Amino acid sequence: MTKTNFSAVLKKYAMAIVLVLVIILFYILTNKAILLPQNINNLLSQNAYVFVLATGMLLCILTGGNIDLAVGSVVCFVGAVGGVVLDKDINFIVAFAIMMLIGLAIGMWQGFWIAFVNVPPFIATLAGMYAFRGLSNVVLGGQALNLSKMDGFLKTFGGGADCYIPGSTMSLFGNDVNLTCMAAGIIGIAIYLIMTIYGRINTKKRGYETPPLLGDVVKMVIISVVVFYLTYKLAAYQGIPTSLIWVLLVVIAFGYVTQKTTIGRDLYAVGGNKKAAQLSGVNVKKVYFFAYSFMGLLSGLAGTLTIARAASAQPTYGQGYEMDAIGACFIGGASAYGGIGTVPGVIIGALLMGVINQGMSICGVDANLQKAVKGLVLLGAVIFDVVSKKEKK
Amino acid sequence: MAKVILEMKNITKTFPGVKALDNVNFQVEEGEIHALVGENGAGKSTLMNVLSGIYPYGTYEGDIIYNGEVCKFNKIKDSEEKGIVIIHQELALIPYMSIGENMFLGNERGKKAAIDWNETYGEADKFLKMVGLSDSSRTLVKELGTGKQQLVEIAKALAKHAKLLILDEPTSSLNEKDSRALLDLLLRFKKENGLTSIIISHKLNEVSYVADKITVVRDGATIETLDKSKEEISEDRIIKGMVGREITDRFPKRHDVTIGDVNLEVRNWSVYHPLYPEKKVVDNVSFTVRKGEVVGIYGLMGAGRTELAMSIFGKSYGTGITGTMLLNGREVNLKNAKEAIKNKLAYVTEDRKGNGLVLNNPIKINTTLANLDAVSAKNIIDKDKEYQVAVEYKDMLKTKTPTVEQNVGNLSGGNQQKVLLAKWMFAEPDVLLLDEPTRGIDVGAKYEIYCIINDLVKAGKSVVMISSELPETIGMSDRIYVMNEGKFVGELKQEEASQESIMACIMRSGRGE
Repeated sequence: MTKTNFSAVLKKYAMAIVLVLVIILFYILTNKAILLPQNINNLLSQNAYVFVLATGMLLCILTGGNIDLAVGSVVCFVGAVGGVVLDKDINFIVAFAIMMLIGLAIGMWQGFWIAFVNVPPFIATLAGMYAFRGLSNVVLGGQALNLSKMDGFLKTFGGGADCYIPGSTMSLFGNDVNLTCMAAGIIGIAIYLIMTIYGRINTKKRGYETPPLLGDVVKMVIISVVVFYLTYKLAAYQGIPTSLIWVLLVVIAFGYVTQKTTIGRDLYAVGGNKKAAQLSGVNVKKVYFFAYSFMGLLSGLAGTLTIARAASAQPTYGQGYEMDAIGACFIGGASAYGGIGTVPGVIIGALLMGVINQGMSICGVDANLQKAVKGLVLLGAVIFDVVSKKEKK
Repeated sequence: MAKVILEMKNITKTFPGVKALDNVNFQVEEGEIHALVGENGAGKSTLMNVLSGIYPYGTYEGDIIYNGEVCKFNKIKDSEEKGIVIIHQELALIPYMSIGENMFLGNERGKKAAIDWNETYGEADKFLKMVGLSDSSRTLVKELGTGKQQLVEIAKALAKHAKLLILDEPTSSLNEKDSRALLDLLLRFKKENGLTSIIISHKLNEVSYVADKITVVRDGATIETLDKSKEEISEDRIIKGMVGREITDRFPKRHDVTIGDVNLEVRNWSVYHPLYPEKKVVDNVSFTVRKGEVVGIYGLMGAGRTELAMSIFGKSYGTGITGTMLLNGREVNLKNAKEAIKNKLAYVTEDRKGNGLVLNNPIKINTTLANLDAVSAKNIIDKDKEYQVAVEYKDMLKTKTPTVEQNVGNLSGGNQQKVLLAKWMFAEPDVLLLDEPTRGIDVGAKYEIYCIINDLVKAGKSVVMISSELPETIGMSDRIYVMNEGKFVGELKQEEASQESIMACIMRSGRGE
């Protein structure tokens, strides 16, 4: 590997490296507590909504640094409606479908104004932020709604004490581990490895150039090890939290959409150079509409996960969620001008924020101070982005 | 002989890959109107940007001597303090501010923390009167027509106590009457206040009307200075200076290209400006392009060439478009760029960075952008194929880059242009509208672009090449349309085309003959 190549790799994975460093830091500060099975489980399930929302937010940001301020309120509103529906003893699958549809409809509503009427996204979604916060209050009558009896719903969406994929346990490396979880993890790794290798073989067979083998192998090893480690830790706690399944679905689906499909390509092109995209035959309006519609859909899912985890619906839920999502995107390498950013990147951004939060909580840092640190991390990430771009020129 | 107020000595300015000014010497005497003429890209504007501090001291070589002292301007403010004020071609007024606010923008009256609005508007009115505008200085700029806006710019310059006024194409957006009024104003200021001005213009009739001296700039060098007091200067004389370079073998010959049937025909095409729907930018234009033919559209900047091409390309520019368009004899109505591409039309923009390429994306992604369907099945992109296509075009067009993963923003102008061409060639068009395909790239890369054009017509495609470079238009085109002020004012076959005959078309139309 040449030197320039090495620094390019370093730059590309800078945030992942920072994440590792931060974890090591807290590993020392918290006396290994940060990597306890329960803490890892909490890190993933507490931040499930951030992963989902950040993925959606990435779509919007890709189109040109546009953000959606309404997601926190939409999460609350979707949760409120869902709570009311569930409270009427309607099947929870139906309730879930309703929540997703409402999320999608809100996304389309906002996307319509932004794409076809040219309302600036900041304003269209600021309006949504006020409106849906207010409507949540109206729907809930200003009251909290207890959902702790909705067993099926809670289990499916990562709430309550029993929201893990069940399985028998056995002892492994000194821990009682959940076998379903271990099996799922290993199968997952196997599928990943097979697909990557098959992809390489296929590429070669069709006579195309393949990327350097070493890079691929290193990547495969690292990802496999990390996944295995997380699987083991989760298994040592209670298994796979159901909320994680939803997060994985979203990440895989949208990771695929952004990287492998034409609509994904259009998102990047519009954000990278709107005029050039337009003259290349990309329907820019459709792209905006797509981004905001799916942001809405994912807000619907985040709303579902939120009320399940809290086992209640309240008119105050979701406050500041939009900022968590935006922060995760920018920390994860999305450009504030659009056209740059990946799903794995924003997941790392969200994880970094999550780890910092949790680490500080375990250390007993005051919650207000935690916010200050979060703010500085965000600023630092964007400075890094701006400065590293300047160097190039 | 009057005092020399400004002397620019041995000015050399290089941009990455291009030498924009090469050892330029330029002298202006106090109280004269001095015109700078030359083709687009000759270096006139660059020279004036050096003078006004837009390119700060140290980014160029040579000396600026103004009023006897060597000047080292670091920013526009420095030159303005000395009384050198530049008025740019594009009006730099803010539409939603009043005339007064615009006039003193960055130069506010009163204290920093407390602007004295009475003084602002009082002073502004005074200067407006000087330029003969009767509007109140409280009027918003957006209420004014372009003619009046240009006068406001001049008033603004006067408010900065301009002693040397530089006007970059001041009349390019004005009609005949407003232009004349503006020029008369300059003559009046010269007589009454002894104001020195430098005027850059393409309109030679205006130049000979207003200027005392005319300096011709060509290929980044000053060629000659004509003095009206010493000799009678005809427009032909100026043109000769402007285009007098020799054409040697700068253009590759085309062999074995047969010109076939009409591929694209446009009839009575008119387009209006998208923001000012009363302004006609393309006026009743008709033309044809045959298979295997390179058709040049020559015109100066602002003639409406880009607007014509973009409006043809799926109505990507303008409003109120009328006229008919036939592709292969079949009438089509293209509503957007996508339909244009589908109908095998391509528009290669003049503004590759602004409208053409996604600079922060790699070459491979830019190459396939206009024809993603060709590398994808059911909206899912085959990345291997995409990579391969990009490599193929890279090799075919000899794009200099280590890999197609390279971001386009890191390439030189000529290589960016090749990526842009690759993108549109991959879209497999029958007709390519090339808008200034060689703008801002060096001679070697130009030659390669010409070869690509030759290969395209050899393959039976039609090429419409828009250019404001005369030698290029003449050297490359089978047929040339001359465009001026939105109209086609002449059609010349290759053998009839010469620099003089083309310029004469424009001159005739400029005089309204």
